[in-house]
Amino acid sequence: MIEVENLTKRYGNILAVDRVSFRIESGEIVGFLGPNGAGKTTTMRILTGFIPPTTGRAIVADFDVMEKPLEVKRRIGYLPEHPPVYNDMLVSPYLDFVARLKEVDSRERPQEVRRVMDLCGLTEVQNRLIGNLSRGFRQRVGLAQALLGDPEILVLDEPTIGLDPRQIVEIRELIKNLRADHTIILSSHILPEVEMICSRVIIIHEGKIVAEDQTAHLQSTLRNSDRLFVQVGQAGPEALESIRRVPGVISVLPEEKVPGGYRVELEREGQKIREDVARAIVTGGFGLRELKPVGMSLEEVFVQLTTVEGANPEEGGKIS
Amino acid sequence: MKKIQALVTKELGSYFISPVAYVIIFIFLGVSGFLFFQILSYFNLQSIQMMRYPGLLDRLNLNDMVLFPFFHNVVVFFTFLIPVLTMRLLSEEKKLGTGELLFTSPITTTEVVLGKFFAAAAVILVMLLFSFVYPLMILIFGNPDVGPIFTAYLGLFLLGSAAASLGILMSSLTENQVIAVISAWGVLIFLLIIGWAAQSVGPTFGAVLQHLSILEHFQSFSKGIIELKGVVFYLSFIFFTLFLTQRVLDSQSWR
Ligand SMILES: Nc1ncnc2c1ncn2[C@@H]1O[C@H](COP(=O)(O)OP(=O)(O)O)[C@@H](O)[C@H]1O
Ligand SMILES: [Mg+2]
Repeated sequence: MIEVENLTKRYGNILAVDRVSFRIESGEIVGFLGPNGAGKTTTMRILTGFIPPTTGRAIVADFDVMEKPLEVKRRIGYLPEHPPVYNDMLVSPYLDFVARLKEVDSRERPQEVRRVMDLCGLTEVQNRLIGNLSRGFRQRVGLAQALLGDPEILVLDEPTIGLDPRQIVEIRELIKNLRADHTIILSSHILPEVEMICSRVIIIHEGKIVAEDQTAHLQSTLRNSDRLFVQVGQAGPEALESIRRVPGVISVLPEEKVPGGYRVELEREGQKIREDVARAIVTGGFGLRELKPVGMSLEEVFVQLTTVEGANPEEGGKIS
Repeated sequence: MKKIQALVTKELGSYFISPVAYVIIFIFLGVSGFLFFQILSYFNLQSIQMMRYPGLLDRLNLNDMVLFPFFHNVVVFFTFLIPVLTMRLLSEEKKLGTGELLFTSPITTTEVVLGKFFAAAAVILVMLLFSFVYPLMILIFGNPDVGPIFTAYLGLFLLGSAAASLGILMSSLTENQVIAVISAWGVLIFLLIIGWAAQSVGPTFGAVLQHLSILEHFQSFSKGIIELKGVVFYLSFIFFTLFLTQRVLDSQSWR
């Protein structure tokens, strides 16, 4: 289980992650979707205890990351954006080293190393120098490392980046097979990838969560969305909840600068939903002060995502 | 403890798979061998001259005339070689992104620092063991006092470990190995200079500066004396620099 509350990370003037909150249940496989620079890596680094948040709280596997970092780290397998491999080591000794760091029992270690090499297709290169491996193999070594010790939570930052199409398919199959008994959070800027692997998606843009949805509705949500700004007199959880319950509303987020202000994402199906939102606020007695359409944010996000596989020259092209 | 061991094994593997350790040990043996034979041939020259004055022959002493000058000359070069050994230890973790694995594994920053330090200390030990061939020649062909040889080696090991911990601290501050090694040299030079300055700033302040000079404490070791204040100085220097390194790794500025 992962629970994140109001997580914010500032780098000087840059707000990399802005009051992000979400919850991932055990056994879920959730995609973290957003264009480059959205804040995916930063969020994952906070979850894994690599960097502290500026403010906010993250609970991973029932432990607070800030208070009990070692307990969290014992239960997480993490594949960073750049595979954390030592170029001057051979594959199998490297995995043995990581297994020792991860407190895998010494009697089970050789077997465990063999298991992850097998799983990630590394057996044939086990005695090769990591520095001499192709990008695809390095990525697999990174993934194998994350699987050592069979951690209950896997945090995978762009796991298929830099792989060729065949390898991408293999890695996705591998991740799908893991989902039975793991909680997985996976980041990506490739829409079809998330649709293929994940059951639920959190869309992040410029450090903020702009939508959360089941994967099945994703494309239509992204393509046909509209955004309203509403301001109410009696703001609070009840107001937020009653707006959220209106059919056709995708998400409701409090607007930071305006007291009582909300950003409401809704399906772009004409005026009906707007009327329903207005009615919900009035009948709930929350005091409707303002309601106006403001741009189409999810659509903006959508055009920045990679929506067609192979569009990225790095991963398209050569099929081996 | 097991994780420190894992780290030490891994670092030693890297040292001896890549040519780094061999090159450094080779250079050290070369330079110290050159110094050794220079001093030895000067000693031979003197002993031949002294043959003419049998009364002076008791003054010929291998400890004072060969070993002491040998250690005295070798120690500066030795100290400045150590940061080359330690420069990549932490800067590379930062540069390659492997630190992201290390610091998301269930290992504390203290364990990381200790693992890196023990690995460097082990290489220093190997380096000193090899260099023992030179004193060994004296032991085989002459009859020197053994005590000062051993205290000098103890002093070299303590001094080397202190230089290593300083090198590790500098390596934690940058992802650039060249900057790490040059800044370690800078601090070492500073610590040398304050020892020289000690002679010209009056007795009280001079004593303080003298005490801070990293090479000053080696003098008594090379004379065969294990001074408590020397041992305490090196150990507290190591403790302090490693503590600072741990603080650097813990601070978020590192990530
Ligand atoms: N160490 C850092 N120092 C300063 N800015 C950073 C740092 N890491 C990330 N950022 C900034 O934070 C924002 C989010 O970055 P990141 O989390 O890497 O996004 P993503 O992984 O979604 O591409 C970007 O604007 C990026 O430039
Ligand atoms: Mg990223």
